[in-house]
Amino acid sequence: MTNTHTKTASEKRRQTSLGITLLATGLLIYLLFGISTESEQLTTFGLNLAGTQAMPIGDLIVPAQATVYLMSAIAAFVGAYQLARGVRSSGALLGIVAFTFVVAFLTWAAAGKSFNLTGMLTSSLVRATPIALAALCGVISERSAVINIGIEGIMLIAAQVAVVTATLSQNLYVGLILAILIGGAVAAFHAYLVIRFKVDQIVSGVAINIIGAGVTSFISSRFLQKATNTLNNSGTFPIISIPGLSKIPILGPVLFENNLVVYLTLLLVVVMHIMLFHTPWGLRTRAVGEHPKAADTLGVNVYLVRYVNVIIGGMIAGLGGAYFTIGSVGRFDEIMTAGKGFIGLAAMIFGKWNPIGAFSSSLIFGFADSLQVKLQILRVPIPSEFLLMAPYIVTMIILTGVVGRAIPPAADGQPYEK
Amino acid sequence: MKKTDTPSQPPETRTARENQRDSIWQALLVPVLAVVTGLLLGGVVILASGANPLEAYGALFTGSFGKPANLIAGLGILFSTGENAALIKAIYPFTESLVIATPYIFAGLSVAIGFRCGLFNIGAEGQFFIGALCSAFVGYSLKGLPMIVHLPLAIMGGALGGALWGMIPGYLKARFGAHEVVNTIMMNWIAFRLSDWLLSGPMKASGFRPVTPNVLATAELPRFFSAPLRFNLGFFIALLAAYLVYWFLFKTTLGFEIRAVGANPDAAKYAGMNIIRNFVLVMALAGALAGLAGTAQVLGVDHWVGQGFSAGYGFDAIAIALLGKSHPAGVVMAALLFGFLRGGATNMQSMAGIPIDIISIIQGLVIVFIAAPGIIRWIYRIRAIKTETTVLTRGWGS
Amino acid sequence: MTNVLELKGITKRFPGVLANDKIDITLREGKILALLGENGAGKTTLMNILYGLYKPDEGSISVRGQEVDIHSPNDAILQGIGMVHQHFMLVPVMTVTENVMLGIEPTKNGIFLDKEKVANRIREISDQYGLEVDPNAYIKDLPVGIQQRVEIIKVLYRQANILILDEPTAVLTPQEVEGLFKIIDTLIKSGKSIIFITHKLKEVLAVADDITVLRLGKVVGSIDPKEATSKKLAVMMVGRDVNLVVDKKPASPAEPVLVVENLYVRDERQNLTVQGVSFDVRKGEVLGIAGVQGNGQTELVYALTGLLPLEEGTIRLLNEPILRTTPRNILERGVAHIPEDRQRHGLILSFPIHDNLMLCTYYKKPFANGVSLQEKIIYSNAEDLVEQFDVRTPNIYVNAGTLSGGNQQKVIVAREFSRPIEVLIASQPTRGLDVGSIEYIHKQIIKKRDEGTGVLVVSSELDEILSLSDRIAVMYKGQIMGILEAKTATKEQLGLLMAGVHLAETTQS
Repeated sequence: MTNTHTKTASEKRRQTSLGITLLATGLLIYLLFGISTESEQLTTFGLNLAGTQAMPIGDLIVPAQATVYLMSAIAAFVGAYQLARGVRSSGALLGIVAFTFVVAFLTWAAAGKSFNLTGMLTSSLVRATPIALAALCGVISERSAVINIGIEGIMLIAAQVAVVTATLSQNLYVGLILAILIGGAVAAFHAYLVIRFKVDQIVSGVAINIIGAGVTSFISSRFLQKATNTLNNSGTFPIISIPGLSKIPILGPVLFENNLVVYLTLLLVVVMHIMLFHTPWGLRTRAVGEHPKAADTLGVNVYLVRYVNVIIGGMIAGLGGAYFTIGSVGRFDEIMTAGKGFIGLAAMIFGKWNPIGAFSSSLIFGFADSLQVKLQILRVPIPSEFLLMAPYIVTMIILTGVVGRAIPPAADGQPYEK
Repeated sequence: MKKTDTPSQPPETRTARENQRDSIWQALLVPVLAVVTGLLLGGVVILASGANPLEAYGALFTGSFGKPANLIAGLGILFSTGENAALIKAIYPFTESLVIATPYIFAGLSVAIGFRCGLFNIGAEGQFFIGALCSAFVGYSLKGLPMIVHLPLAIMGGALGGALWGMIPGYLKARFGAHEVVNTIMMNWIAFRLSDWLLSGPMKASGFRPVTPNVLATAELPRFFSAPLRFNLGFFIALLAAYLVYWFLFKTTLGFEIRAVGANPDAAKYAGMNIIRNFVLVMALAGALAGLAGTAQVLGVDHWVGQGFSAGYGFDAIAIALLGKSHPAGVVMAALLFGFLRGGATNMQSMAGIPIDIISIIQGLVIVFIAAPGIIRWIYRIRAIKTETTVLTRGWGS
Repeated sequence: MTNVLELKGITKRFPGVLANDKIDITLREGKILALLGENGAGKTTLMNILYGLYKPDEGSISVRGQEVDIHSPNDAILQGIGMVHQHFMLVPVMTVTENVMLGIEPTKNGIFLDKEKVANRIREISDQYGLEVDPNAYIKDLPVGIQQRVEIIKVLYRQANILILDEPTAVLTPQEVEGLFKIIDTLIKSGKSIIFITHKLKEVLAVADDITVLRLGKVVGSIDPKEATSKKLAVMMVGRDVNLVVDKKPASPAEPVLVVENLYVRDERQNLTVQGVSFDVRKGEVLGIAGVQGNGQTELVYALTGLLPLEEGTIRLLNEPILRTTPRNILERGVAHIPEDRQRHGLILSFPIHDNLMLCTYYKKPFANGVSLQEKIIYSNAEDLVEQFDVRTPNIYVNAGTLSGGNQQKVIVAREFSRPIEVLIASQPTRGLDVGSIEYIHKQIIKKRDEGTGVLVVSSELDEILSLSDRIAVMYKGQIMGILEAKTATKEQLGLLMAGVHLAETTQS
């Protein structure tokens, strides 16, 4: 049904509120960052990262106050334009809000100092990796209409299994494979509960989180803490520089000097996108997630599709778990996932249940996460505890902002009964 | 899915009374068997970790109830000499379990009231912490008040702090449809970081450790026995709260609305109920109850708040609410059970070397069995009388 | 002539219900077998067994004389059986091609979907059977009539010889029904055999070669269409004489009670589904709103009852505009609502009957005193209403979900009629009900009219509209195409309006 009616009241309200948001952002930038920077201060954004193979280039040096004012002016101008005329894409407008604010904030925070932008982007991708894997696990499960909120628990178990088996076998790949397998196994348990016994999907996920936290903490305090060197000290995957590509300035260190888990994540995003939208398996998965009865009447085995997807999702979460230990610190600590599984679910929603979208929004969370680390180093006059809250607050804001407009698969969360 | 093509039902052969009797029996049977099965599987885990489950559970039992022999001896001494020290020592484990159960009752009610409205409050842990910090603040900062004023103020402070913390995700859910499960968890992490800051700065007591000052004596919940027994008024306030929640949910129009919104939000809207108001109200109440749990712990037991103060309470509360079938009476029973489990677990850890985390494993299993009564039926070959569904939450609920 | 399909002694039990009791049916090659029965007779269950969605407890199925086992839709498809379901089995967010290929996807290089190949095949089938459709269109953008074509193409793409059409006319305009009958004719001519499931007597007489009638899960008998009459079939179907026409006196309408002006409404997906609707309902009359399902009737009713916000326009009750259109405000002003989806909006299935009977008035005296619920009064109110509205239930304490559809609807009617009302809005009031319940609900609605209530009935069943209404408004694509006097309106005229032809044009032709 096409909309021939002119702009309605609710659309006008929305236009106005977006415009005001932009104007307010401009004002806020001016008040928060503009006034307290001095006119002769310079901000240096470092573009080279020590110890990488990238060809060195000059750093980006900008006058701090002028940059902040420019950002303030852009936000205000776009806001005024929006109020007067109206722009179609609200996503782009919110993007402008975020962009101007972040740039102004960074310029202010690093005024008179140097801030390594390339390092920040590199660590954003690394920190986004477990979130992206959790999000991809969510995407693949929920596309077949099974909500898996137990990702956190799966990742904890896989993290522990990875480090312990890798330490025992002296082989990181053994740890990686077993982490993936245990992730699949725990997810299979979830699938069995929600498909065979029709357990409430959220409750089952919460139970997995509790059991995951309980089992790993139990093993940690009964065994690992007494024998750290023999059980809980695996080392980590080395950084692999991709020849040639890693020499590109900025992009090289960010994309082409990473460890195996990060590369696997990037690969997974692409593969999953192709699988989901261009193969029979993907067509069946989407049909099962949208209208399982229709799929069933055409001979698609709804339960089988769901089992397969949830288990593959669990394996991806298992990879995410492995990242925490053998992919980053080489050691297991109790509750080391710190809510990343749930943040991944928010990334999935923000990414509209698409692999690429989920990955992109994971990058935002990774950015927020690495930002707080950098800011602590810069000694920004904000207590570090508040900076640590940033990823959680960003999650809530994003979830609140988009959830009404992001439409989940129609059958998401509902058990299928013939 | 609507069945449009089934003939009308034949007359029921069983009487309603028979069905009712059997379903009460079943309502008790499944939780009991779930706990038993959870303990059995927990025993398997203990065995697998190289310890003796019987020895471990023995330590668990004496840790939670005390040794019967000591009790008899203590009574004997009381009667023969009038000296009650031995008896007090003997009932220490039992009262200590009740002390542990007190915040569980509040926290379990918090999750249960959420379930009744179709909301899953995983944020009890954060609300607990904020409640505890607020009541501690009122407890140590207001000076010179008589107990009759100071104690209620401190309790109210805790309830309000928790209510605020619960209300935020409630409002976001009601107004924007943002899922409360993710948001309450985010609120937990924010609460932890906020408390880190408060305890290391604004609310820090003088000294080295990041803890609050002790609350004043006028804000402490009175204890019934001499030290070391910590059994206090909080337990009875918790029982009163359970009764009030029962009355509120089942005997008032507000409770009717909450249950209607939880059971079928579309029909509730059709009947003119305000979904947004109910979501916010319920999350505020849930937060207040969780805040009271923290309050009871601060004012009744610890008298100060430190880091990691609320660890584990959120998940315990979920298990308790599920085990108690979201009914206040069930919640009280389940909270007592977990009070005894946790009370004994400390003893088990020191006597048998079993990490206290075993309780979390048992809890997780109990949740699974409660949510999937089919598994329990299948294990114990119990016939189902009617199809039983446990609808607690729904999708991403936009 | 051979029998392509024989079902013998099919029995299916659900907990507490014998849905199919030793059913035998036979389908002759190249013929149309009409399976007639009212809602709840067991027709859909039987067809779901044939299609492998349910397992029968007893009985056998033979295709061309060979006994076959059908355990899944795949088995049925292999036997050349295809089914067009009453509720379309299409994924709305996918294209026609994707829906057709689902389950038997051809691939390029063994990995990637070959959509082009399927699209071409769809075009071939379209040409061969006159089923025009764009393979790249998304289902959600297609009208229901076209969606039905997609369903038929899905079946033909799988090379089915035996087609089951489950209530295929329920969602069509009279003209579209004619079109469907032509398609059925083409299918028969190309050698297909068809089972046509319906509860509409006239359709049976129009198309069937053989007729088998089901009642309460049993075969009542088979009859030659040449000897059958509407009356005979009705008696077989219901088991007694039924009065197919609602008994009613001529209306004596007075002043308007509900006036709707220039209403615009958005649905939950933000589509503008009601576009400038105006009408009035007068005291003591029934205004029927006819139209093919999905033309904005649902959203219109939701807006009138406060379940969806108004985008624009005004609603006036007794000459007073309703400024805040919340459900509470509207129902307090004396509007009763029998909702389209009784299990979604009308009842809380997990609540006892007594609570459902005070669902809209729980906060008022006598049910509440302050915030305290008055249980004794709630129970006695329920006992009275169950008695008065003949709700068949063991007691008032059982959950509403345990009642049959007809009794659930009676609970809603009892609740809505037990408070003082000026306007009754009844949306699809008899959908899915048995004939007895339909008669009862119709009688109650007319009774309310005669008491002076303004009644708005929305139904996609044209027969229901014709038998209840005093005036008839037809909706198409969110607009009212015209309002007719029921006495003079013809089915053909209404059908044209339902298909989007303007009133002026229908009277000219």
